[in-house]
Amino acid sequence: MSSFWNIWVWVLTLGSLVGCFLLLRWCLNDHTGVEEGESMGHSFDGIEELNNPLPKWWSTFFLLTIIWAFGYLALYGLGNWGGLLGWKSSNQGILNLAESKAKTAASLTEGSNFLVQYDREVAAADAKYGPIFDAYAARSIEDLATDEKALKVGQRLFIQNCSQCHGSDARGTTGFPNLTDNDWLYGGSPEVIKETIMHGRIASGMMAWEGALGGEQGVKEVAAYVISLSGRSVDPVLAKAGKGKFALCAGCHGSEGQGSLALGLPMGAPNLSDNIWLYGGSKRVIEESIRYGRAGVMPPWKDILGEEKVHLISAYVYSLSQD
Amino acid sequence: MKNAHEKVEKNVGLFFLFTVFAISIGGLVEITPLFFQKELAQPVDNLKPYTALQMEGRDVYIREGCHVCHSQMIRPFRAETERYGHYSVAGEHVWEHPFLWGSKRTGPDLARVGGRYSDDWHLAHLLDPRSVVPESNMPAFKWLAENTLDGELTRKKLETFNWLTRNRSHKDEDGNRIKLYSDETLAAAKDAVKGKTEMDALIAYLQSLGHALK
Repeated sequence: MSSFWNIWVWVLTLGSLVGCFLLLRWCLNDHTGVEEGESMGHSFDGIEELNNPLPKWWSTFFLLTIIWAFGYLALYGLGNWGGLLGWKSSNQGILNLAESKAKTAASLTEGSNFLVQYDREVAAADAKYGPIFDAYAARSIEDLATDEKALKVGQRLFIQNCSQCHGSDARGTTGFPNLTDNDWLYGGSPEVIKETIMHGRIASGMMAWEGALGGEQGVKEVAAYVISLSGRSVDPVLAKAGKGKFALCAGCHGSEGQGSLALGLPMGAPNLSDNIWLYGGSKRVIEESIRYGRAGVMPPWKDILGEEKVHLISAYVYSLSQD
Repeated sequence: MKNAHEKVEKNVGLFFLFTVFAISIGGLVEITPLFFQKELAQPVDNLKPYTALQMEGRDVYIREGCHVCHSQMIRPFRAETERYGHYSVAGEHVWEHPFLWGSKRTGPDLARVGGRYSDDWHLAHLLDPRSVVPESNMPAFKWLAENTLDGELTRKKLETFNWLTRNRSHKDEDGNRIKLYSDETLAAAKDAVKGKTEMDALIAYLQSLGHALK
């Protein structure tokens, strides 16, 4: 704040406090020219206004609030002056994260001029919970997956951050994978689960195939073949024609429709032969997937949650398909 | 001076003036100096202007009253930053006209919702919130997927923001203000949104929120 505005704030604040005090003092004296307790000359329906002084309790409390205000200002500051406590709710004027961290570090060092409430709050919580997270972080995901307490923490974090897509029971919903069925797009080892959560996944993306398959008929044929892969009955003529065209799909889904994971490829193309369907397994939906394409996205959580929490969520997710 | 107080009591004009004076002091001390503080007109380093599509999405957000139930203001309490991320800072909002901080959270804060969910999730959630969050009481916004943008006003909106932020945009190496939108961006604005749905625009806007503080 420039010195002009600093003076502005000081003068107006202290001026209004002094003004309140003077007004109170003036009102405590009798200026009416009427004897105390006598009528002021107003009468309405027989009710008269008498010249009574301000109630003692009221004027005392008014005075106390003024004194309180001076005490408050002395502790919490005014204008550019930080007050005796040097209290701030948070760090101000931050232009990037690095600056925020630097200011936090400065406010927490011994002998800092400022007591930043938020930084203190976080530091106190870190001192309390930090060792717990550190202990978990030092253990492997497989180990944590057998620790009931760790799983409980992991589950809480999952419900808070992951359930919006994967469901509170982690069984997923249309377009968002079920995490309990041991059917993985990118892999279900502890390391891969953690990598998926940390850095997110962007499916290579299935393109819209209608054109490449020669229009609607091609879509129907391939859909029939895909349905037949999980042992469901389909029109054999359609499926046969579809089998020929499936060569176009084999690059990602594999020649048997076994999915990219079985091929050791990272594009996240689902297994089409296990009758587990990410977007739905009805004929209509499968045809829609082929016609318009699909592309699932998992956001990265490293910056939002930090590695320690991701580690615990990984253990929880890993545990879901271990029995 | 005989009963001076009577002058105020019996003169409504004078009483009005004294009242205005008394209640303006708080504003004069707490609000007025803010208008003149440089720190509050400085964008954070990574602040980026909305794209044409995001700008249209922002208008959908305002029209549908999203700010009535969702705030965009993370307060500096650990309970909030644990859930939503770093508390909001002034420099993230210097180009906002009007501010969409909101004042009530029926739904969660959205100040840093960008990147938390996939586009597919937002689509499913806006069409039918219960399909992904069973306990949600958010209304469905199905019509957004049917309304198509024509982009007639998009350029004007961006130009208006150029003008509104003329004293608060980033500076180049020589200290000159950089406009939020270049002439090329303005010329391409209409085509950038034409044919897109309001749903596309709103999702683009939501995904843009909260990336500036890095």
